[in-house]
This record gives sequence, C-alpha cells and structure tokens, in this order.
Amino acid sequence: MKISHEWLARFVPHGRDAAAIRDLITAHVATVEGFEHLRADLAPFVVGRVVESERIPETKLSFNKVDDGSGTLLEVVCGAPNVTVGAKYPFARSGTRVPPSAKNPTGLLIERRKIRGFTSNGMLCSAQELNLGDDADGILTLETDAPPGTPLLAVLPAGDVRLEVDVLPNRPDLLSHRGVAREVAALTGTPLGVPTELATLAAPGSPPVRGDTAASAGGISVRIEDRADCPQYGAAVLSGLTVGPSPDWLRTAVEASGGRSINNLVDATNYLLHGLGQPVHAFDAATLAGDAIAVRRARAGETLVTLDGQSRALDPRMLVIADAERATALAGVMGGRASEVTSTTTRVVLEVAEFTPRVVRATRRAVGLSTDASYRFERGIDPAAVAEVLATGAALLAHVGGGRVEALVLVGDAPAPRPAVTLRAARAALVLGEAIPLAELTGLLTAVGFACAPTGGDALVVTPPSWRLDVVREVDLIEEVARLRGYDRLPDTLQGARPGTVPDHPLFTAYRRVRDALVAEGLHEVRPLPFTSGAAMPSPDDALVRVRNPLGEDEPYLRREVLGTLARRAEYNLNRMQGDVRLFEVGTVFLPQGAALPREEQRVGVLVMGRRRPAHFTEPQPPAWDEWDAKALAERLARVAFPDAAISLVAADAPVLWSVRAGEATVGTVRRVALDAPVWAKPAFGLELTLGEMPSARVAPAGAHAHASAPARPRAAAPMRYVPLPTTPAAEFDLALLVPEAVTSAQVEVLLRATSGPQLEACTLFDEFRGEGIPAGMRSLAWRLTFRHPERTLRDKEIDGRRSQLLKTLEAQLGVRPRTA
Amino acid sequence: MTLTEFIAALDALGADGPARIAAATDLDSWTEVRNALIGRQSGRLTELMGALGALPKEDRREAGQRANTVKVALEAALEARRAELAAAEAAGGRALDLTMPARDRWYGAVHPVSRVIDEVVEIFRELGFAIALGPEAEHAWYNFGALNFPPDHPAMDLHDTLYVGDEQVLRTHTSPVQVRTLQQYPPPIRILAPGNVYRSDPFDPSHAPMFAQIEGLVVDEGVSFADLKATLSHFARRFFGASTRTRFRPSYFPFTEPSAEMDVQCGVCAGSGCSVCKHSGWVEILGSGMVHPAVLEAAGLDSERYTGWAFGMGPARTAISRHGIPDIRILYDSDVRFLDQFAR
Repeated sequence: MKISHEWLARFVPHGRDAAAIRDLITAHVATVEGFEHLRADLAPFVVGRVVESERIPETKLSFNKVDDGSGTLLEVVCGAPNVTVGAKYPFARSGTRVPPSAKNPTGLLIERRKIRGFTSNGMLCSAQELNLGDDADGILTLETDAPPGTPLLAVLPAGDVRLEVDVLPNRPDLLSHRGVAREVAALTGTPLGVPTELATLAAPGSPPVRGDTAASAGGISVRIEDRADCPQYGAAVLSGLTVGPSPDWLRTAVEASGGRSINNLVDATNYLLHGLGQPVHAFDAATLAGDAIAVRRARAGETLVTLDGQSRALDPRMLVIADAERATALAGVMGGRASEVTSTTTRVVLEVAEFTPRVVRATRRAVGLSTDASYRFERGIDPAAVAEVLATGAALLAHVGGGRVEALVLVGDAPAPRPAVTLRAARAALVLGEAIPLAELTGLLTAVGFACAPTGGDALVVTPPSWRLDVVREVDLIEEVARLRGYDRLPDTLQGARPGTVPDHPLFTAYRRVRDALVAEGLHEVRPLPFTSGAAMPSPDDALVRVRNPLGEDEPYLRREVLGTLARRAEYNLNRMQGDVRLFEVGTVFLPQGAALPREEQRVGVLVMGRRRPAHFTEPQPPAWDEWDAKALAERLARVAFPDAAISLVAADAPVLWSVRAGEATVGTVRRVALDAPVWAKPAFGLELTLGEMPSARVAPAGAHAHASAPARPRAAAPMRYVPLPTTPAAEFDLALLVPEAVTSAQVEVLLRATSGPQLEACTLFDEFRGEGIPAGMRSLAWRLTFRHPERTLRDKEIDGRRSQLLKTLEAQLGVRPRTA
Repeated sequence: MTLTEFIAALDALGADGPARIAAATDLDSWTEVRNALIGRQSGRLTELMGALGALPKEDRREAGQRANTVKVALEAALEARRAELAAAEAAGGRALDLTMPARDRWYGAVHPVSRVIDEVVEIFRELGFAIALGPEAEHAWYNFGALNFPPDHPAMDLHDTLYVGDEQVLRTHTSPVQVRTLQQYPPPIRILAPGNVYRSDPFDPSHAPMFAQIEGLVVDEGVSFADLKATLSHFARRFFGASTRTRFRPSYFPFTEPSAEMDVQCGVCAGSGCSVCKHSGWVEILGSGMVHPAVLEAAGLDSERYTGWAFGMGPARTAISRHGIPDIRILYDSDVRFLDQFAR
C-alpha cells in the first residue's frame, strides 16, 4: 500500500516528519518497505536570504548578496522584480540542476557566470522554475524561520514522501490512508480527523432509498439476486456532470499514492479507494439497458469486454453486475468497456457495494485478473463503511464533476455488529510474559476502535470495530495489545527450560556421520535441485512423481535417485572444463505409490571422476579414480551409515558393480556412471545408499495426538570393544598361487581363512599377475598371511606345517597350485 | 672367556660401532662396515654370540641379553645410515630443494548452506533443542490446514505451492514438522527442524524453487513471548556477535500470534543505513511468533494449558550475504571451483 505522507496528515494531523511516521508504523503496525521523496529533484535547493540588493542601471536586473548558510556571502544576479532585502527565497547554488520543464527538458544547470559584468554564483528561484506552480512573476518568497542553508524540502510542503507499507493478508483495513491514519492516531495520541476536502462537501439531499433485495430511485432500479455473495449494494445516481481534469488537490492525492490522474470522476473513485479503502465503480448511466442494475451470477456463454479491452468469457463461478440485457461489470474486479465513463458522460451511477471475499477471489482467479478492487474485496472491506462511502462518494463526485446527486439506493442488510471477544488479563500476562493492567489494556484497544466493557473481574469484553475482520479470538486481542504497546517494550529475560521429550531424528544423525566421513575423504557436499526430466525413463509417468504444476516442462518430475542428479552436476562441471569431480549429496528421493503420497527415502549419493590426487612434481600424472576407490568409499560409507550391521559388497550385473549389503538388507549399489562427457574426461564412478525412509503417513487424525505414555528413545549402539594389543611376535609368509580364471579371489580367500585356524591374524591380497610364466587360463594371485599365537612365539615347524596344509587344501578344493619360479 | 671379559668385548663393540657406521660414506663402504659388525660370516658380534656357549651356564642368560641389546642398537644405527646414504645417492648427492611444494591432497567441504545450518543447530543444541525432520511431499493438511491457514484465503497466495496430487503438496515451509512433532511427542517440546522446502518460484538470482529452511519450536506450560524474544536475541548474539542488537516488529503468519519478524542491526553500516540493509539500518533474519492456539488444538493439545513459540529462517540468505555470493543459483550449480573455496 502506497501512503502519501501529506494525505495521511490530512486524516491525522500528527505533526511528525515522514521518517518518524515510518518508524512508528514499522514498529507497531506493518513494515514500511519503501520511503521515497516525491520531489527528490528539489533536494539540492536550500533556503537563501538576501542580505544586500541594488539595481543594475538600465536593466531589470538586481545585484544581490545572498547568505546560503555557507559562511560566505554569494554574489547573485537576479531578474525578478520582487527581491527584498531580508527575505528568504529558494536558492540554487552553482552546480545545481533546476527541474526539467517544457522549455528545458533536461533541466538548466546553474553555473557561475558573468552577467553584464557582474558575477553570479547561483540563482534565486520562482515557483514555476521549481515545478511548484504557475507563478513566474517573481521569485518565491519563503515564510520560514529556518536559517539560510536549510534544505528547501524541510520548509516546503512540496516535500511529500511516499511510504510503501507491506500490508499482510490479515490487515485489509490498512489498505487505505484512513486505515493507516487510525493506527497513527492511536500511536501519536492525535485525534483522527476528516480531510478538509471531505469535511466541506455538501451532504446529499436525502438518505438512501433502502430495500432488502431490491429498490429503485432516480430512475434506476437495483436488485440483488445473489444475497450470499453480495450482502449490500449501494448506488448513487448523479446527473449534470462534466468530465474534465481534476482539481489540483485531487490530482496530487491520486499521484502521491502512486496512481495516474485520468479525469475528475475517475480520480474521485480512486480517492475513495485509496483514501477510505472502499472500492467503488462509476459507470455511464446512459448505457444501462432498462435502467436496471442486477447483481447475479454470470451465465454460461456470456461474454464481457472489460475496461482493459479484453473480451472475457464468463461462467457461473463469477459474480457480475448486469443491466436488463447483459453483464456490464465483473463484480468487485473490473468494470465493462461499454459502460465506461467517457468525456461525454453526464449521468453516472456510482456503485458502492460489499462483495464477499470468496466470490471475488473465485471471479478473480477464474478470469486471471487482479485489481486494486479485487485485492481489497478478497481480503475483506469494512462492511459498515458502505453506507458512509455511498453518501460521501456521491457528494464528492457531484462536487468535482459540477453536477448533482439525484438519488441514493442501498439494497441489502446493514452489517451485524462483530461478535465480542473476552480478554483475560491473566491470559495476556501468560502469553506476553508481563502483566499489563486492565486499564492499560483498555486504553490500548480503545485507541484503535475496539469497544471494551469491564466484566467486574480480571477480564474485558471487547467488541472489535467493523473494519477488524481479523479479530475473532482472545489471542488476536493479545497481539493487538503487544504490538500497540510495542514488542520492544516487552520483557526478554532468558529463563531455564525443561528438557524436551523429542529425540534427535536418526536420519539427521546418520546424515552428519556420513557427511563428516565423506568430507574427510576429500569430497564436496552439494545441495542441487531434485527435479528431473525423466528422459532416461521408458515410462516416466509410472516410475516418477510428477509435479502437477511444474516450473518448467523440461524438468517436471521429482527424482527417484540421487546419482542421476549428481551425474547432471558432473556434466555441468565437464562443460566448464572441470574434470576432477568429487561430489556427494544427502537428499530425498521420491518413489510413486499411486494416489498415496510418494515413498520418501533419504539417500546418500557419491560421484567421483578424474584424478585421485592433485598432481605433484613427484607424481605428474596421478592415477584416476577407479572401481577399487569406489568400492573402498562404499565400504567406508556403509560402515559409517550402518554401524551395527555387517557390511558386504556383492558383485552384481553391469552397469552395477556391487550391491551393498548391511546385514541381510541391500542398502545400495556401486556403479560406473555414464555421462555425456568429452573425450578427455576420465570414467565416473558412483554409489548410492539408502539411509532410511522418511514416513509421511499422518501421525494422528486432525485434532488428536498419538502420544505414547513414555516416548521411546532409540537405544545407543553397543560401544566398540577394545582388543588387547599382542605381546608375542607374529610370523608371516607369502603365498603366490596360480588360480584358474573361473575361481574368484573371494573363493580362495574364504578357503585360506577357513583352513588357517584361529591364529591367522591377517590375510592380505597384495598382487595379481597375468602373462609371462603364467599358463593360459590362469592368473597369479599372491597373499600375505600373518599368524600370531597369543601366548608364545610360533615355531618355524608349525608355520611350515600350516603352509603345506593350505596348499594341499587349495589344490584339492579349487585346483589352485603354488606358483613356482 | 669369563663373563667380565665378554661384557668388556661387547661394550667395546657398542662404543666403537656407531663411529664406524657414521664413517661409511657410500653404500659400498656401509656394506663393509655392516659385515664387519654383524655379518653372519665374520661379524664381530656374530663371533661374540658364538662364544656364548663357552661361558659358564649361569652367566649365559645375562650375556645373551646384553649381546641382544647391542645387536638391536647396531642394527638401528646401520639402518638409519643406510637410509641417509640411499637418499643422498638418489638426489645425486645434492641436498633437497626445500622450497618445493608439499605433496597435497584433495580436501572435502561442507556446503555453505549446511555450514549455516550447522552453526544454528550448534547454538540451539546448547539450549536443549533436538533435531526433528519430516517429509518433503506432504498432506496439504499438515502444510496449511493444521497451521491455521484459512481455506481459499489470500494468505495462501504468499505460498506459491507445487502440487504432487490431490491435497498433496511439496511442503512450502518446514512448519508441518511442528504439527507432526506435537502429535507424536508430549510437551515439553524443544526442537529444531532443518529441511528443504519448495515454492513455485522461477529460478532467478534471488529465488529458487527449492531452498533450505530451519524451523524452531518450543511448547510447554508457561512459555511466553518473553522466552521467544530472549532466546532469539541470544541466538542472534551468538550467531552474529556479542554486541548484536535485535528488534522485533509486527508480522503475520497464520500459525503464530502474536507474530514478529526479528531484525538484527546491519553489520555493514552498524545501523546508519547502507545498500545492504536498504537504508533501514536493519536486516531481516527470521520470522517468529507465539504458536497459535489453533495449531495446538489441531495437534490435539490443550491450548489453555500449553503455550509455545516458533521461528523459521532461511540459511541460504545468510550464506549468500556472509560470503558475498551474488546469485543464489551458484549454491545449486555445484561447480567444483565454487565448492572448493569452502574446502580450506
């Protein structure tokens, strides 16, 4: 809402400057987001006082000495006839640019120059030169006590400021100057007034002709067919009007609140909207078929050309104003082109009505057209203001249009008073943390229009004013009290608190463990968008969750795996010539479950590509990430993610390399990742583990809870047990074996471990070799076996015995023989 | 040989050995010294060990232990010298150029938005808050209805919502976690709920269709607006610095009342007004308020008995301003050159 500081002051003569009002409104009412000096072009001008003046012979010029507050008197040549010693005038120092005019569109730059042999160091200005009026006969005399050098804007009323108030949906009463003025009046202790332009209007001759659903007067009949959506409809019939330019005060008011002056009648309707908060509509009475106005639902197939020139197809969701034949306006949204006020209009119907938020919202959404009027109706207008604005508005239009009010019609019911709400002082004290006496509560609420009746006890019965549709519960009153008193005046002592019953969510602690492990591995955490194109899916609508109203049709789905997102991010990096990519994300995937909410899983995805280490002069070409790095990351990650489970990686079918098992459950995969990659890019490897499911079922029905008597806290994992350090020496030997290609390393190792007995401490594969000396169909694998007896040194004989036992078993069970030189 | 003579010979070897080892100037002379000291064929120590058998039986144990000590010391000295000589040989006899760079490794990094979340979590943990989470695809009831959004009301226009089904939304804020938590656990409640939220906002320099939010919720008997102000001001001082000033101003959220925005005094201009704070001297940090009784009632709690307060903040905003990131999309691009700046 754009508020003109000057217009506001006509409602409430608070006597404060705009910055003070801005701070008050922000602290107590709603945030003032914008603060704009409307005549910022006058900011460089100052008050100048003429100290000496003499005529320059044979010219109309005078030579003056001017005090501009700088401490040095300036010599200034002036052509005006009214220069008076001791008087103050607007003064432009050299370097100042005078506001643009028709004569000089860029604005004249005042510079030091010689005129008739006299030096001039600035200019004393007329009202016209400053765009402050038409008076060009002489310089503008300032009636002010301000000392020379004071900024001109500080002494001239031309310094209007536009305040942009961020009005939130609960306070539609602030969408007008009067509404904001009510708050300022309360906050400054200034009585709310009526602007002179309204106070001096001649009242319409007679009160409105009333009716429940229909009434007529002044040759016009009004009928409400849809009472539920239009509780009140007022119409003023005006005649003898002349459409023309607005008077200055009206034009200035409309422009100061951010509008554009159109003509006297339209500007007057905007005055009522922005000044009093009531949307009104004026239309040309001559265009009404049958001199009838009906408020009804639109009919299927009906069309209307609205004021913006658009032809709109109507349907019964919409409420319209109609004459005897057709729809003439979209109720509460926009008028029709056919009934628009034109330069030849003389007879006008002024509509002042109440349409319900529901119907205006429905109409606005159906036509996709939001206006100042629909904005206010959707949030709710003051129903008690309709009759008042009908009378005031009729008088205002008659005044600015030079016509007369023929009749007023008002159909519908006067609004019922708002239901009273009880405010307990004890409850306010509990919520706000400070006891506020009943008298102060009463004072604060009364100042903004609430009627407070004592109950004799510790409570008040409070009736909200008609414009405060948002106040329906006790807590609404407590908020009123808190903000009017000032949030900053409420206490803020930090106090102790009882510990909560909620345990940390296990998925958060898993995230932290996994993240720390991966950062330690040198990987970068990312937080990309989870949308996907679905291009890789044969039937994406079955496999993926589709956003019904996606931001773009290129990525309308939610992902079902994190690795796909990381692959797109890796490609983004490749496009920027970045081939060393180590990304991970802990994020959500969405698996469709028919009409139910998708199944959500927390996953960790990892993608590595490029060099394993930065280049160093000892290693100019470091190795690239490969399968074995990916396997190591997966093992490490799985252990961190599932500390209580036995982790195993099981070879799987391409493109998957391994599936990751935690106990019996498969928790993820390790894969080669296919990328849209340039030739220089190294292969990419990825892994993705599911950390857990995030349930989305309802916890309990609306209005109920599911509290267990003693909420279960998850049991801490069993602590790691210390293994005593050995006190005896180890014995180790290497086994270089010829292994048929059909036999896996794991088969051999399982057998080695099974045959070696409990003294085997470690069994490490350290070499694989194919080629010279190795028969076809075989490979050489070499293990180092470490044995240790817990109490004594193992004897050579014992070791040799084990070795031959192992070789015998390997040969017998797997056809694996020792590799001899 | 007596034990005394044996020990004397060992001591001589132990004293003499290190000097002879140090005198080796290359790997060949080192091998000669090694053979002379501990070589299997003719090493002096080997000879002495061979003589052990000639000692009286009761002296052998002590002699053997002493011989072993000398052997270990000589072996260590030999190995150290061998390593020096080998390194010198590899460097062609020249010393290392110690100005050459270290062998670096890759360093990982926590995302800048996660860093802000971490810091916020850290501060509230000190105050006894636990972490709660909830689903991102939500029932509209948890996202709106339970949070006191009037049906079909302009308040909904503040939340441009992405839908995934009938009455199913991508949550527009983390506040649904409030209701889920209140339904699941009895008061006292002290939780922090970080998570991703979604809006139907096109991707531009200051808007993203998905972003992180942090929700806080306290519910118990006797909790007041004073607790809200005190806790959030404390948070601001811990987060932005001990001298940080805060102000609270009226706002509106359907699920809190009274509602308040908390500003901190602009750190750039110290409140005198600059472009960062849009010349107001204050920067908006979070929205907050007393939990609306309707929210407690929706979760089956007695709103007369319990009161509470809640807040929500956007860590991406903080990350952007503290690091001087000009475009929010950079946070999502995942450019490794950007991420790596947070690795050191």
